[in-house]
Parts: sequence; C-alpha cells; structure tokens
Amino acid sequence: MAGQVDALYIYLLLVSGIMTAIIFLAVAVLAIKYRRVPGRDAHQIEGSTILEVSWSVIPFFIMLTFFIWGAVIFFEERTPPADATEVYVVAKQWMWKIEHIEGQHEINELHVPTGQNIKLIMTSQDVIHSFYIPAFRLKQDVLPGRYTTLWFKATKPGRYHLFCAEYCGTMHSGMGGDIIVMEPQDYALWMAGGALNPLPETGKALFASLGCSTCHRSDVQGESRGPDLAGLYNKPVKLEDGRTVIADENYVRESILDPTAKIVSGFKPVMPTFQGIVNDDQLNALVAYIKSLAQPSSGQPSQGTAGLENQPTPAGQPQNVQVQ
Amino acid sequence: MATTAVPANQAPKLNYLNNGHTIKSWLLTTDHKRIALLYLFSVTAFFFLGGFFAMLIRLELLTPEGDLMQADTYNKVFTMHGIVMVFFFLIPVVPAILGNFVVPLMVGAKDLAFPRINLLSWYLYVAAGILFLHCMLNGGVDTGWTFYTPYSTASNSNVVEAGLAIFIAGFSSIFTGLNFIVTIHRMRAPGLTWSRLPLFIWSTYATSLVMILGTPVIAITMVLVVAERLLHLGIFDPALGGDPILFQHLFWFYSHPAVYIMILPSMGVISEIVPCFARKRVFGYNFVALSSVAIAVFGFLVWAHHLFVAGISLYSAMVFSFLSFVVAIPSAVKIFNWTATLYKGSISYATPMLYAFGFIGLFTIGGLTGVMLATIGIDVHVTDTYFVIAHFHYVMVGGVLMGYLGGLHFWWPKITGRMYPEAWAKLSALFVFVGFNLTFFPQFILGYLGMPRRYWQYPPEFQVLNVLSTAGASVLAIGYLLPMIYMLWSLKYGAIAGDNPWHAAGLEWKTTSPPPTLNFDETPVVTWEAYNYDEIPDRPLEVPVAQ
Amino acid sequence: MEPEAHGPELVHQFSDVQQQKNAASLGMWLFLVTEIMFFGGMFCAYLIYRLEYFNAFAAGSQQLSIKMGAINTAVLIISSVTVVLAVKAAEAGKRKLLVGYLVVTVLLGLTFLVVKGFEYREKFEKHHVPGSTFSFTDKFDDNGKQYSVNSKEAELFFSLYFVMTGMHALHMIIGCGLFTVLAILAWKGHYTPAYFTPIENSGLYWHLVDIIWIYLFPLLYLISRHS
Repeated sequence: MAGQVDALYIYLLLVSGIMTAIIFLAVAVLAIKYRRVPGRDAHQIEGSTILEVSWSVIPFFIMLTFFIWGAVIFFEERTPPADATEVYVVAKQWMWKIEHIEGQHEINELHVPTGQNIKLIMTSQDVIHSFYIPAFRLKQDVLPGRYTTLWFKATKPGRYHLFCAEYCGTMHSGMGGDIIVMEPQDYALWMAGGALNPLPETGKALFASLGCSTCHRSDVQGESRGPDLAGLYNKPVKLEDGRTVIADENYVRESILDPTAKIVSGFKPVMPTFQGIVNDDQLNALVAYIKSLAQPSSGQPSQGTAGLENQPTPAGQPQNVQVQ
Repeated sequence: MATTAVPANQAPKLNYLNNGHTIKSWLLTTDHKRIALLYLFSVTAFFFLGGFFAMLIRLELLTPEGDLMQADTYNKVFTMHGIVMVFFFLIPVVPAILGNFVVPLMVGAKDLAFPRINLLSWYLYVAAGILFLHCMLNGGVDTGWTFYTPYSTASNSNVVEAGLAIFIAGFSSIFTGLNFIVTIHRMRAPGLTWSRLPLFIWSTYATSLVMILGTPVIAITMVLVVAERLLHLGIFDPALGGDPILFQHLFWFYSHPAVYIMILPSMGVISEIVPCFARKRVFGYNFVALSSVAIAVFGFLVWAHHLFVAGISLYSAMVFSFLSFVVAIPSAVKIFNWTATLYKGSISYATPMLYAFGFIGLFTIGGLTGVMLATIGIDVHVTDTYFVIAHFHYVMVGGVLMGYLGGLHFWWPKITGRMYPEAWAKLSALFVFVGFNLTFFPQFILGYLGMPRRYWQYPPEFQVLNVLSTAGASVLAIGYLLPMIYMLWSLKYGAIAGDNPWHAAGLEWKTTSPPPTLNFDETPVVTWEAYNYDEIPDRPLEVPVAQ
Repeated sequence: MEPEAHGPELVHQFSDVQQQKNAASLGMWLFLVTEIMFFGGMFCAYLIYRLEYFNAFAAGSQQLSIKMGAINTAVLIISSVTVVLAVKAAEAGKRKLLVGYLVVTVLLGLTFLVVKGFEYREKFEKHHVPGSTFSFTDKFDDNGKQYSVNSKEAELFFSLYFVMTGMHALHMIIGCGLFTVLAILAWKGHYTPAYFTPIENSGLYWHLVDIIWIYLFPLLYLISRHS
C-alpha cells in the first residue's frame, strides 16, 4: 500500500514538475526575449479560444488520472479485508491504549506480525486525535463517541513511528509511539509472554456482571426482553421506525450507550443506558464479545448468551461497574 | 533620482492627504482613500504581530526538543499566528487596503457606495483587533486557528474572546464586500460597461460575493462555539449528544471559500501589473474575468476536502476530491493567460513586475501541491503534516502576499504621490523570493517524511530541514522589513510621481497623484476598452470630459 | 401646520437621486442575503440533528406551546402588513398615517417579544432550559404510542430552540429599535414621497425577520403534531 502511494506521489511530482518547469521556462524565456527595447512596440493579441479550451480540457483530463488513481488507493484503504485481525485502540490525552483481541494491553506501542491483515478499531476518550503511521502512509482521525477504523498489512519487520496527527492539546507532540512489526514466530513468542484474558472473554464476564444476560437471551423474546444477540454482528437489523441498519461496531456501541436511538422492530424501549457506567475499554470488550457470538446452527442450542442466563452474580462482584 | 522639494512655481495642490490635518479628519473620515490608509496602518501592524509569532515558532523548531518555551505556550503561539494572519491580515489585506483605495477610482466614482459603512468596517476591524489583543494578553488561546471541537469546548484558554473577535472581524469583511458589490453594480462611470472593466474589479467583485455569502457562516459557527462554552450546550460535544464533525463542516464551509477571498484580489492585482509592464492587453480577457467568478462559485463546493480523514464517508470524500480538481482549472487558466500575455510584449522589470513573476511561479507550485492534496490517496498520508503547511504558505505568502506587495508598489505613486526607490525595492523582492523558498520548500519534504503539524517537539531526524526552514525565515524577514523602511523614506524623499508614472491604463491613472478627495475633477466618460495599451505609448492621453 | 417638505439629500458619491436609491436598495438586499446565510448555519445544524434524533426532537417539539407560537406567527404576519401599509403611506406623503403604522408595527413586535418571554418562562419552569437544571421526562407521542427519549438528545433540541429563537428575537429587538427611530424621524417630517428609502429598506429587513419566523415555527413547533 505504501508503495502504491509513493508511486502515485512520484507520478504527481513528475507531472507537477514538468508543468512547473514549463511555466518557469516560459516566463523566463518570454520575459527575456520580449524585454523592452526602444523601437519595438508590444503586439496586441486578444486571445485564442482554441488555446483556452485546450489548456482547460487537457489539464482536466490529466487531473482526472490523479483523481482516479487516488480514489482507487483510497477505496482500498477504506475497505478492510474480512479476515483482518482486530485490535482496539483507545486514544486519550496524551497516549494510545492498544487492546489486542487476545488480551494484550499496550501503551503507545503496537506489536503486529508480518503478512497479516490488521484492522484497528479506534475511539477517543476525550478530544479528536489522529492515528498516523508515516511509514505505512496511513492516517485516520480518532473521534470521541464513535469508532473509526484503519487497516494495514505490514510486510517488513522493524520499528516505525506512530504519531498523533490531530492537535489535541498540550502534549499533542508527545503523543507518539511505535509500531513494532515482527516475523510471525517472534510475534508468537511476544504474545505468549504473560497471562492473557482474550478481549471477548473479558466482554463475556462484563455481559454477565452488568446484567445484560437477563434480557438478551435466546429463550424468551419480545415484551420485556431484548433481542437475542447471537449472530447479530454485521447483519441487517430492522428498526421500529422502518429503517434497516447494519449492526456494525458503531451500532453495537451506540446500543449500549444510547439504547433508545435505534429500537429494534418488535421490541420496546426498555433498555437502560450504560453511559457513564462503562468506560471505553469495557465498551471495547463488550463489542468484541458480541461480535464473537456466532449464529447458532439449526438444531443446536445457541452457544451465545444461553449459558449465562442462570448464572448467579458472583459474590463480592459489584452489579454495576463504575467508570473511574 | 530623488527630489526633496516640489519646484517653487507649483503650489501643493489640494488632495486627499492634505485636505484636513486633524486627527478627527482622519478618524472620522468617510473618504475611501483615507480609510484605505487607516487599514494600511492597522493591517501592517497585525502583519508584524503575526510575523513575530512566526519567528517564535521557527526559533523553537530549530531544535527537536521543546526548549525555547513550554508546550502550552507554543500551542498558543501557533494558534495566534494562524488567527492573526488569517483573519487580521490575509482576508483584509488586498480588499481593504488596495481595494478600498483603487476600486472607486477604477470605476470612475467619487467614493464607494456607502462611505460611512466603509468607516464602520474599519472600526469593526479595530474593535475585533483590540478584543483579540486583550485575549492574547489574558493568556491567549491554544486551540489552533481551526478551533476543532470538542477540544475548543473544553480548553481552558480564552476561546470565547477569540471567537467573538473573529465574529466581529467577519462583519468588517461583510460590509467591505457589500460596499464593493453595490459600487461596482451601480456606480460605474458612463461608458464603463462590464466588459470594459479592469480585471482587478472583476476579481474584487468575485471576492465580494464570497465574502457576503461565506462569512456569515463562520460568524454563526463562532456564535455556536461561544454559546456551547458559556451555556454548556451540546451542539458539537459528543458527550452531550453533539457531533464534532458538524463543527468541521460548518467551519470549513466558510474557511475554504475564505482562501479564495484571500487569493482572488491578489490575482486581480497581477492582472493589472502584467498588462502594464508588458504593454499589452491581457491575453483572453473574457476567460480571465470569468475564471474569477468560476473560482468563487466552485470554491463553495469543495470544503470537505479538509475532512478526508476526519470520518466522512468514502463516497462523500470521492465527490469532494473530484470537485477539488475542478476548482483548480480556472486558477490554471489565469496562470496560462498571464504567461501568454508576455508573448510579443514589451516587458520591463520594474518591481511590481518582479513580484508578478514571483507570483506566477510560486502560485503554480502552491496550486499544484493543492492538486496533490486533492488526490485522496496522497492526502491520507500528508494531511495534518508540514506538507499542508508548505502548500498553504506557498499560495498565501507566495501568492497573496507577493500580489499585495506588487500592488502596493504599483499603486504607491498614486497613493502617496512619490516613487519608492527602485533599487532597494528590487533587492527586497529578491530577499522575499529567496527567503520564502528556503523557508517553505523544505517543509514539503518534512511533510512527506511524516512530520505532523503543530508539533512543539519532533524526532531528531527532522532537524536539518527545520534548520534550513528557520534560516530561510530570517532572510524572508529582512525582505519584509526593508519595504517598511524604504516606503517610509519615500514619503519624504521619494521622487515626485506625477499622474501616471507607469503610463498605465485604468481610470485611476487619469487623475492626480495623490488624487483629490473627490477623485476626479470631472467625471470621466469611458469610450475605450480596458488595457488599451495600443493607444497608450509613453505619453499621456487626453481624457474626454463629461458634459 | 404642514412641515417643510425635505427633498432627498443627495450624498456626494452619487450622481443622481435614482442611483442613490438603487444603491441603498441593492445594499439592503445583499445584507439580507448575509442574514439568510447566518441563520442558515443554525438551520443546517437543526436539520441534521432532527434527522438523527427524530424521536427526541419530536418529544421536545410537542412540549412547546402551539398556542403561543401561533399567536406570535399571526402577530408577525400582521406586523408585516402594517409595514407594507407604512411604506405606502410614506409613498403617498401621509405623515400621520406613516407614523401610526410604524408605531403599530413596533407594538406588534413588542407583543411578539412579550409572548416569547412567557414561553421562555414556561420553559424555565418545566426545567427545559439546557444546562445543569435540565430535566426531560416527557415522551414522544406518536399517534397514541408513547416512546421515551434520550434526555441528552432532547436537551440538544432545546439548545437549538433557544439559540435559534434567541437569535431571531435579537433581530426583532433590533428591528423594533430601528422602527422606533424611524417613527420619530417620520414625525419630524424627514420622509416625503420623494424620499422614504429608509422606510422601504427597513421594511425589507422586517420582512426577512418575519420570513425566518415562518420557517422557525413549523420546524420547531410542529414536529409530529397530529389531531
């Protein structure tokens, strides 16, 4: 991807360079050739429609090539492959918190293996930041209140700068870090160090302790219950008001923080909001968990939320987890 | 050749400069020429304030560490550099100084349509300036001149004062634009049809359209930000249900057309200078005139190219990318037409023409890098880096400022009745050109290498280019200080200019230098096309008189 | 005693009275365009959020007093009629009638503001003023079906309500001030059939402020109002 961006850049530089050279040369040559000498008057020329049209249309078509090539690259940049490994990123003034799906937490560093598609799912805890990896030629603003995504596939091991690229206050220039790309075997070693709780597992525990499983269950539907979440992720959902939306990360996140925004058709708006009760890290865990809930195959009971229905709240654990 | 006194047999004629000497006659003037000088004074003061901030930035960036000032201070410095330069310099510089002075003269009118509103416009500018100075002295503002929410909602700096200052300055701009449109529509001299208008008037007209349509939007945006801070409303704050991207859309809906407010008048200046110093009519007058209007119209359709990575949809981004290429075409047309005007001309290298050459070259580079930014695949990498900073300084300094300096030198004899010293002016132009390129060209490279903007500290590998840039800035500074000195010198010691030292076309040259308060002794009647350089050899022409 | 007729005072920059009048008129129209763009920003924000948070906006809208809004709409429309009649009176040289219509316009404007004051007070009493005192427990009534709504979204509705109607009210106050000054000048005989440009142009301003209200009223007050 970075190679493609560079290729496009070189093409643009060449064309711009040629255009600039033409103009500079034309001005220089004409200014010298037609400098004022006594006895020679200027020759009045009204214009030339042919020339005007030519030098409007030809540059336009040249720029069209810029546009198309740029748009193609952009389209690819904005279409993460389905098999991408997901990593959650939470930006805050003035650091990057990285949460691998396998459970690793990193601050200001992101370890990734070569040859694997990585999709970052990012949000901010406070103001707008921007996740910028110059070596990959990639950047994406990170916003409070919603998820934005960025994907890449690293090819060369090494350590690459990570910068915040959207001004965010005092230590905006200090909010940097590294992307550490490793060969797959080295990455596996790094992964193995330390006991881990995969993100969906964390989410599953939260799902129970927050009481979600009391309403979101596969056995009883409708009335005072919530929709079954098994197999929900990325499926179309029909809403009360007639709209149909896709249940992506932003939808799931919004449903937890603002449940009355999109009521599923056939259900009542009885879900309480968890705004202020869960923080961004917990939200990421819940989203990761819900995404992991597979569609039950016919005949088999859902492996999703079913097992949690009758779980008593473990003693000593608070019913509601407060944001610090 | 400088003369220090007027010949004894010529009593000093009554003109707008000596028509009233009291402070009141200046501060309560309704004469557009005096108001232009009031603006010249205040805008220049703000330019040097903005330049001072720039100097602080470049000094801090000499070293990778943040060692000259604290991070918060640096953040305030670059914010205020941006606010001062954008709102208090670039927007008013050509319209309020050169436009105010020259427009009524060029259309053969005695003044603008609404002289008292013109004066009000200056007072609004001054009030905004004072409010902003107060904000600055009270600790300043550190949000960046772009005020992105939610940072600007939460920042504990003086956002409210800065926002209100911008609001007031906006109305100064609106009234100026309103005045120009009415003047150009209703007060042209007899015989001065639209197709006989100088291109500076076409550019000013297009600029004024953008001013009145765009500026109210930044006004309401600032009002909403101020309201949000003071009343804790949640319009742009996601924690309260608001959308920070909405702010960006509203902000850039004005701020992109704003850059056309800045460049169009300077382009108009170039359209006056090139014909005069090539002694021929501009190549493709109709196309140049129409391109000004096209830039103004298309300029309103591209704002979201500032939001490519902000979180807008893929398809939205593609539409704005395409439109951004379209808006480049009329600007390119102008460059080609000015270049073609040189063909078979009779070219002199007076200072205004040197600035015009500089403009053509530097605006070409600035514009082409803009086209690079419109290419989304590239923009994802270089947005929010020094590449963007280099791009807009090329068009703003290499474009707007060069055009302004060219125009100031071109019309200086008309404004003051004196010639500036040509040798010093040429030297100064050279300092500007060399200093400018040394300052900003390295920044293109810095940006592509990945140095983000608004960085108080940076990784050491970026130092060499930063040092080059700061060195260039020192040279550039000399280029700006020199005119201050020699222009002031020329007021007392410069050669007497005469009515038309350049033997230029245009009604402004058919009256005395400096002009009388009511501009013309007799209202001119126009029977000739614009840029009739075939009819103006190096001897003055008789002006037909209205009966 | 008939006051001395004043001719239009030709100011120095214009060559004749007609040009002066045309210039003033064009200037006012351009200013009105800037006002439309100014309010446009708020309408834009409103439309975007209404699409996004329809239920909450509808619930908020249903809490506004249609009666007071309708009264205000009628008051403003009548005041625009009195403005037109004032201009006609000026044109016909009827000084007392002109002053009368201007005064009635101002009174109608003040009526609008008083009713608005009552509305704002009601909002305050119901804790619908955005900020720390805000509290919204009403539901969105969709033809009998009740939906509860997100309080933050409802607060956004009221934020926009206050900003938009507040900005409009500010323009009304300016208009009332303007017409008061004009009424005084008219009483002193400043305006004649040959010169009544300020009346005309101020009338244009008043009409625009009226039209803005004509948009505000249905957008803010009439979301999802059924029988």
